[in-house]
Amino acid sequence: MIEAAIWVILIPLICGLAAFAIGGRTSRLLGLIGAGLTTIAAFLLVAEVWVNGVWEYSLGGWEAPLGISLRADGLSTFMIAMTAVVGLGISLYAVRYFALTPGPSPDPSAPLRTGAGRGEKSQATWLPSESYWPLWMLLWASLNALFLSSDIFNLYVGLELLTLASVALIILERERASIIAGLRYLLAAFLGSMAYLLGVALLYAEAGVLDLQLLADAELTGTAVQVAGGLMAVGLLLKAALFPMHFWLPAAHSSAPAPVSAALSALVVKAAFYLLIRLWFEVFEPASSIAVEQVIGVLGATAIILGSFQAIRQARLKMMIAYSTVAQVGYLFVMIPLAGSFGDPQDVWRFEAWTGGLYHALSHGFAKASMFLAAGVILSSLGHDRVWNLAGSAARFPVIYLSFGIAGMSLMGLPPSAGFVGKWLMLTSAVESAQWWWAVILLVGGLLTAGYVAIVLSQALQRDVEIDREPDPIPRIMTLSVFGLAVLSMLLGLRAAEPLEFLEIGAPFQTLITTVEE
Amino acid sequence: MDWGFWLPQIMLFSSLIPALVIFLLRDEQFWPRTILNLSASGLKLILAGFMAWGVLAEGRTYEASLPFLHDQELLLRVEPLSLMLVGLSSILWFITTIYAIGYLENSPHRTRFFGFFSLCVTATIGIALAGNLITFLIFYEMLSVVTYPLVVHRGTPEALAAGRTYLLYTLGGGVLLLIGIIWLQVLAGPVEFVAGGTIQFLADDHQASLIVIFALLIAGLGVKAAIVPLHRWLPEAMIAPAPVSALLHAVAVVKAGAYGIVRVVYDVYGLELSRDLGVLIPLALIASFTIIYGSVRALTEFDLKRRLAYSTVSQVSYIALGTALIGPAATVGATVHLIHQGVMKITLFFCAGVFAEARHIHDIREMSGVGRSMPLTMSAFTLGAFGMIGVPPLAGFVSKWHLGIGSLESDQPWVIAILITSSILNSAYFLPIVYKGWFGEPHEDIEGVEAERFQIREAPWSLLGPSLTTAGVSLLAGLLAAWIYSPLSLAEIVANQRIFLP
Repeated sequence: MIEAAIWVILIPLICGLAAFAIGGRTSRLLGLIGAGLTTIAAFLLVAEVWVNGVWEYSLGGWEAPLGISLRADGLSTFMIAMTAVVGLGISLYAVRYFALTPGPSPDPSAPLRTGAGRGEKSQATWLPSESYWPLWMLLWASLNALFLSSDIFNLYVGLELLTLASVALIILERERASIIAGLRYLLAAFLGSMAYLLGVALLYAEAGVLDLQLLADAELTGTAVQVAGGLMAVGLLLKAALFPMHFWLPAAHSSAPAPVSAALSALVVKAAFYLLIRLWFEVFEPASSIAVEQVIGVLGATAIILGSFQAIRQARLKMMIAYSTVAQVGYLFVMIPLAGSFGDPQDVWRFEAWTGGLYHALSHGFAKASMFLAAGVILSSLGHDRVWNLAGSAARFPVIYLSFGIAGMSLMGLPPSAGFVGKWLMLTSAVESAQWWWAVILLVGGLLTAGYVAIVLSQALQRDVEIDREPDPIPRIMTLSVFGLAVLSMLLGLRAAEPLEFLEIGAPFQTLITTVEE
Repeated sequence: MDWGFWLPQIMLFSSLIPALVIFLLRDEQFWPRTILNLSASGLKLILAGFMAWGVLAEGRTYEASLPFLHDQELLLRVEPLSLMLVGLSSILWFITTIYAIGYLENSPHRTRFFGFFSLCVTATIGIALAGNLITFLIFYEMLSVVTYPLVVHRGTPEALAAGRTYLLYTLGGGVLLLIGIIWLQVLAGPVEFVAGGTIQFLADDHQASLIVIFALLIAGLGVKAAIVPLHRWLPEAMIAPAPVSALLHAVAVVKAGAYGIVRVVYDVYGLELSRDLGVLIPLALIASFTIIYGSVRALTEFDLKRRLAYSTVSQVSYIALGTALIGPAATVGATVHLIHQGVMKITLFFCAGVFAEARHIHDIREMSGVGRSMPLTMSAFTLGAFGMIGVPPLAGFVSKWHLGIGSLESDQPWVIAILITSSILNSAYFLPIVYKGWFGEPHEDIEGVEAERFQIREAPWSLLGPSLTTAGVSLLAGLLAAWIYSPLSLAEIVANQRIFLP
């Protein structure tokens, strides 16, 4: 049981491969078992790290720099736990989702290749409902592998696996729009990976090690390191869809099936963000500068403002939610100038911004998953997701819209939600460090978010209803997972003390943490 | 069991849990929902009574502190000032629930209505019990959000437009409040509410910041308290069903703002620091302007609920005005008006709802002679209106009397002129309604049939009873002002804790 960390990678991997090998309806069962067991393993890991602190493991007993080592500190376990809970919610939802929308009937006259399965047998035998599970398990395994890896080349492998699984999932339903979006995503992500890999090579040439800890201890500076850092950062920013590198995101996230959209927006984007944060504050900290950090912040701010405006203008609900992700990703990157080298290294507010940004990532994970799943219910039940034709639908699925509203509160950063905690910490940090401009952006962004959430809710609450057709009944488990994720985004705001303390385990800024404790 | 720790939390959960359960019920499940509503609000009333007894008679304190962030906690505390708002909202929640059950019978989306209604009360209780700024902020924002579905309840385009205005104002106000609180906490650390204020130590180094923060906080709170020019959402929100206008817009939401102003002036800044910073006079001027402006606007409105709404704009600023004056009587006047205005205004809104439901009267020009067929409702309305004008011995008189004395104590005699002008304007917009209601000729188109014109046909008891009850309370609050559990006695205790003589 001590090796819970390894199981969070192995369980989804084994279940995914088994689902792939067996196929058919069994794959769903295997997927569910995988989701359940991975969640249990993830929380065993949380307990382990909570009690014993940072956990390290060398595969085969080979220590770094030779062997492959895994490392679980507060941050990585935090991400694994978030992935587990969100992933469990998505899995439960997906069980019934694919039954509800069988997708295009397998038609041999439409010779569209998915490009997904290495072992794809024939079009007719692989329905979206069946190929979903192995790919989703693979995605989950690669997320956990990425969170646990502690050397920059393994991290690259994790990133690539993640991209492949994501692309395959996007084009699951083999519709024209999703295939175009998926290929665009593939190109962007591939470009990102290349840039990252180039950075890894440069860094390895400079430092001679790949292990994150060793790199951090080396306190690297110099032009080569800066170029390497720049390349890796650009690659990751492309994958994390920071403005203006977000062009691929809205189409990809909105054209995928709902459980996939949820996983992409809530989790996959966070993986690139996680990696960037880890590198930025552990490896490249000495090589970073205020100017670069402010530029990243400006990009984040632009993403917040433009992304929110775009979201307000969208006519389709899923596009709106996808643009909302563009905006919310912007919030995450405003953390960089706040937690960076703007002030004195000993300023406590840097650590506050760091935890604030990560808490925001957490809240966005839950809230956005809930929103996309809610949109999936609306889309599959009404047959469309046109924002201006939602009139009266709140009366039909009240719980879905209630969840949408709660998740919206978390995105707006209204108390008592997890989004509020993240925003509070970042705002405090902005005011304390006298970087007022970020505070203004954060607040304006919240109001803009309220704008698009209110558009959806006020449409749905309208009374005059023209019913085209009686909507299909919604399976209870789907409603429950939408609602559960939304409620969690609220509960995490009511009791944030423990998760915040958990983030301190093995975090950078150790000297600052002791100051906070006082 | 540690009552001090659990009671404040039970107080919150006694409406939060019913709200969540109600959401699970279907619209047709009338009895489960009604029993749940009534027993929950009854329980809350009993708990509030128990707390009042504990605090006032036994001198206990109830305090629950829960960890929230690493250096912040959620603090719920029962003391005389919080007791005022807790008492007000518990009593009025109970009465309004009865009224709402009668009012909304057979209308759609009752589940949604009662669920959010209970959430609103939870938020209001949270605001009342908040023992520090961050707890206050959390419940204050929660109140903004959970009232939105009630404003747009009817789902008509007008209701949705009103909802948009409402969200724009309250969320905007929330942003100002948030930034003010964060700024203040960056300077002072976590700020608890302590009678007399806690941040005097910043006075020397951060004078300018403190003034700006004060302005941000008051602007953020002023949105809900409907201080001009931040008042526009309130008349718009009158589109909501009568029980919402009655409890939320006359009591909970505007009170949240006014209560916040009371807390900021007395318990965060303290009167002394506020005076030294020179922020009280501007506050008094804005409040005075709002009082006069609201009354003048009320004169020009002929829709009954809109006239009442502008009257609310005017009356709530009495609280801010009293807060801005230095002197014990002004403090008494301000805090007692928290309760008095609520009781009087809810009576008026109940009656407006009765007129609308039973006679389809929305415009005051249609009210002519309505007193002949609905004498009890009209009596309740008259009591409410006279109370607002400040006729002795009604509750409104007690408030105005103390405010008047307070203005003399604090050397601001011009405030008397404001009070008198306001009373004249109050009379000008209420007396014609009262006069026409009792003595006017009934309109033909109300009933059409000549013989029925003078027949007494009151609304059902579920609507009439609550109206008469609150009217009676507003009378008793004035008559029994010396009783130890009366709003006035409570206000005197509150004022004694915050005494500051210039």
